[in-house]
Amino acid sequence: MQSQTINPLKAVTTLFMGAVSLVFLVPLLWMVSAAMKFEKDVLVFPIQWIPTAWNAAGNFKAVWMADIPFYLFYLNSLKLALIVTVITILFSSMAAFAFTKLQFKGRDFAFGILLSFMIIPEQATLVPRFLFIKWLGLYNTHAALVVTMMFSIYFTFLMRQFMIGIHPEFIEAAKIDGAGPFRIYWGIMLPLCKPILATVGIIKFIWTWNDYQHPLIFLLDKELFPITLGMQLFKDDYADNFAVLMMASLSAIIPLLLIFIILQKQVIKGISLGGVKG
Amino acid sequence: MAMKQAAAEGFSPKAGANFWNHRRREALTGWLFLGPELLGILVLYVFPVFFSLYLSLCDWNLVGGISAMKFVGLDNYAELFQDAKVGAALRNNLVYTLLTVPLGMFLALLLSVVIHSKVYLQSYFKVAFFIPYISSIIAVGAVWSALYHPSLGPINQFLMSIGIGQPPMWLPDPNYSLISIAIIAVWAGIGYQIVIYLAGLSGIPDELYEAAEIDGASKLQQFRRITLPLLGPTNSFLFITLLMGSFKVFDLVAFLTGGGPNNASTVIVYRIYEEGFQNFRMGYASAISWLLFAIVGVITFISWQIQKRSVHY
Repeated sequence: MQSQTINPLKAVTTLFMGAVSLVFLVPLLWMVSAAMKFEKDVLVFPIQWIPTAWNAAGNFKAVWMADIPFYLFYLNSLKLALIVTVITILFSSMAAFAFTKLQFKGRDFAFGILLSFMIIPEQATLVPRFLFIKWLGLYNTHAALVVTMMFSIYFTFLMRQFMIGIHPEFIEAAKIDGAGPFRIYWGIMLPLCKPILATVGIIKFIWTWNDYQHPLIFLLDKELFPITLGMQLFKDDYADNFAVLMMASLSAIIPLLLIFIILQKQVIKGISLGGVKG
Repeated sequence: MAMKQAAAEGFSPKAGANFWNHRRREALTGWLFLGPELLGILVLYVFPVFFSLYLSLCDWNLVGGISAMKFVGLDNYAELFQDAKVGAALRNNLVYTLLTVPLGMFLALLLSVVIHSKVYLQSYFKVAFFIPYISSIIAVGAVWSALYHPSLGPINQFLMSIGIGQPPMWLPDPNYSLISIAIIAVWAGIGYQIVIYLAGLSGIPDELYEAAEIDGASKLQQFRRITLPLLGPTNSFLFITLLMGSFKVFDLVAFLTGGGPNNASTVIVYRIYEEGFQNFRMGYASAISWLLFAIVGVITFISWQIQKRSVHY
């Protein structure tokens, strides 16, 4: 019979781990606390975890209604992450479909090329990418970011691994019913692949949202900045106002926390699958 | 029956003797599906690799236009080996690896073994340690830049309150800037490593521990004889992933220190960024890219050798 009593050793370990986890959470708790304070109270020591005087609204205004308001960065990040994610899912799944369910000459050769270029560190190709973007006239546009981020060897590979496991009978049956390849891809493969599509989609969204390097290289105008570059502006402009800077950090993190809390399982699965990020 | 056979071979049951027989049709559809992704990979991965190899043999300041491109052979590589900044970047990358990889793996292993078997509220702990990882590294970088503030920051106020009169300046301190960044990286990365370890631990069958228990093996013996060996593949996967990741570190350096002070925290990818996108020396930046590529290539090769031995346990 399963005992319902509390195991004392386990309870002590839990308390100890709780303390350790608090140490790890302290920087974020400090951020939340500081975002609610007046600047003069932020660096008071010992730390006032619960503010004596609240200035959440003032900090919020400074972040969200400034000259270059944060909501603009938000919209840019959201736009970029959504477009990049949708196209990545589409192109990667199309390629994975061809690699697993269609027979043609050159298929395995193409896959070999893909695989062998998976080890190339993305950073080592930045210079030529930058030149292409400039020559295409896309420098300082969102299109530059979409173009460079919408292709992913790794996610194509992941989807291929998943599609290999889908029984050919599904496809044979559809063929007999007279369905063409496009209908089979759209009507059968994609619905069957929902779990991997969701996982890949969430991870790609989070990575794109957090990307700093590509916007730093491809964007010039502040109006085009995503949140990561927006944070850079705030860090430069508010170097002495930690309360506002912490409100900005909190704002940048909240959407990710929401995604994580709602889709915890998918996120953790995706991160453990997609562990190659540098 | 004939229909079925034709269908099994290709997509068009009606395909006859005409030019567009089913095989050609399937090939065409195949390339159509493959096309967008393959084109993108060719333009953004395959071609750039060769292009950057060529560029690395050229002296070219982007500002001068294409006509200013000059083939100089191995000059860039000669410069590379005498460049003190590149030397500093290499050394920093190595130090950063030594600071982050063993410490991160050790802490993560310890925490996940405890979470896996011996605590209540397991799902809370998974989430708590994971939150820093999921948060944007740039946003948490901003948080840490406040925590690290040399005179007024909470970290140094705390250190002074426990009697350390001269705490480090952290980010602006040449002796500590790289360590400061490494601390953030370990803190932010631990959640990922814990997730991987927990996956590995849940793959170890309970019967092994039960049998060891019956044989009278202590917890420590169980850990050394069962847990560690069976985590071999997880360990080597994490080790390689973290090792490669540590040579691609960029965001925190660019955001927090700009490689400073006096190159104390510069790294290889930051050097590529500086030469390519601030000085517009495309040839030289490409040569540094190839240095990075060579390092990652060597790690990949070694990791293959390790995996060959460790996967079959």
